[in-house]
Amino acid sequence: MTDLQTPVSVTPDSDPTDSRPPATGGALVKRGLAEMLKGGVIMDVVTADQAKLAEDAGAVAVMALERVPADIRAQGGVARMSDPDLIASIIDAVSIPVMAKARIGHFVEAQVLQHLQVDYIDESEVLSPADYANHIDKHRFTVPFVCGATNLGEALRRITEGAAMIRSKGEAGTGDVSEATKHIRQILGEIRALSAKSSDELYLAAKELQAPYELVVEVARRGALPVVLFTAGGVATPADAAMMMQLGADGVFVGSGIFKSGDPVARAAAIVKATAAFDDPAVIAEASRGLGEAMVGINVSDLPAPHRLAERGW
Amino acid sequence: MNAPAPTIGVLALQGGVVEHERMLRGIGADVLLVRRPEQLAVLDGIVLPGGESSTIDRLLRMFGIAEPLAARIRSGLPTLGTCAGLILLADEVLDPAPGQQTLKVLDITVRRNAFGPQVDSLETTVATDDGPVTAAFIRAPEVVAVGAGVQVIGRHLGRVVAVRSGAVTGISFHPELTGDTTLHRQLIASARRWRVANTADTAEITAVSANAAG
Repeated sequence: MTDLQTPVSVTPDSDPTDSRPPATGGALVKRGLAEMLKGGVIMDVVTADQAKLAEDAGAVAVMALERVPADIRAQGGVARMSDPDLIASIIDAVSIPVMAKARIGHFVEAQVLQHLQVDYIDESEVLSPADYANHIDKHRFTVPFVCGATNLGEALRRITEGAAMIRSKGEAGTGDVSEATKHIRQILGEIRALSAKSSDELYLAAKELQAPYELVVEVARRGALPVVLFTAGGVATPADAAMMMQLGADGVFVGSGIFKSGDPVARAAAIVKATAAFDDPAVIAEASRGLGEAMVGINVSDLPAPHRLAERGW
Repeated sequence: MNAPAPTIGVLALQGGVVEHERMLRGIGADVLLVRRPEQLAVLDGIVLPGGESSTIDRLLRMFGIAEPLAARIRSGLPTLGTCAGLILLADEVLDPAPGQQTLKVLDITVRRNAFGPQVDSLETTVATDDGPVTAAFIRAPEVVAVGAGVQVIGRHLGRVVAVRSGAVTGISFHPELTGDTTLHRQLIASARRWRVANTADTAEITAVSANAAG
């Protein structure tokens, strides 16, 4: 290539050929941002410094929250949307997309987060639910939503309400990947079973899934959800992340697993690398070397049922 | 007789890969998902997809693909970069993530997220030199300066969102999400010409070495 020429400044001017009025907040651009996150790692961060560290390690986005799930679990009490100052400081600190959590059903927290111009809202079971019957009507928002699901019916109900991305729930704040495995297998297994059904069986399937018939038919035909499916809840090592990808997840959320470990910088980069090269054991082995202590973790089987976050969501 | 389908690579480290793959297959290309440097040799063209540009940059360097890919594009490989792919092509990024680098194969300066956060992402039609393209802009970058030899081929709200230099086309937006094949067809046409030219070269070299050997 020749030397860089003195760049010519490009001045904005009106262009009469921009014909169609621009349309923001459509399903295409809401779902589209999630498509662009595929193959990536979204990391929980509680400070602007952690957000920068995550960006530097190669995260595709960060999730801004006040306490990571492991601390929510340890400290108890009601967990709510983060302080807007914290969210704004994280948006200012990084150039990658910033997500933030609202409580299930808390549409005013969601309005606040949209006002703060977060790029995605997670209507999350990790926070204390605000409504034990209804989720947020996500169609009313310009900002897209990601929601958790433990099975296909739950995923389809969230998509019906307007979710533009689904994450399998796993069990947040445990460092135990077994629930993440269970939920991603459950959702993808149910999709495979649905695709094998004859068209006259899909009416009953829709009834059993408690989801709209048209959406059930769409999923059966595509053999996939109409939105991106990430996995979450207990991923703590590069091998955990690669396993989720091999099971069929489009990407991974890592919450407490990074900043509750001995060496967050190294671990964050290693999980990014293993997620991208998820089918290459040599790369995963290399990424797994010398990472220091993983988060200590809690076995999900030791958690009494009321403390299992995955059971929140209806 | 139909010419055999060109082989188009889609850089598959992170981002919106399958949308390009499906679209390219649908209009008659063979598609190779590129994850290793040795795959570059067989390509007649390549798509650098949308995704998170700072992540793709890190993975390109981590897996040793950045340098051979840049060399291949400089040697004339037909290339289409969309959104993050446009950023990867650029000589200069105004607001890089810390440590973010690019392939430096296109003499332009870009600004990331130039159209605002996700709430400003939108669908629209962009007039380009190749015809109108139905496009999704998602946290899209903007071309803020172009060097000599780089053609501006499309604008949105008066701002430059599509450029071309030789066989390299870079766009801020996502036609692969809307299903508009205009620019992908153009890439395939360019890839066919590239292959014919290179096959001729190879044939000549083969003939020359055969003569030398004889």
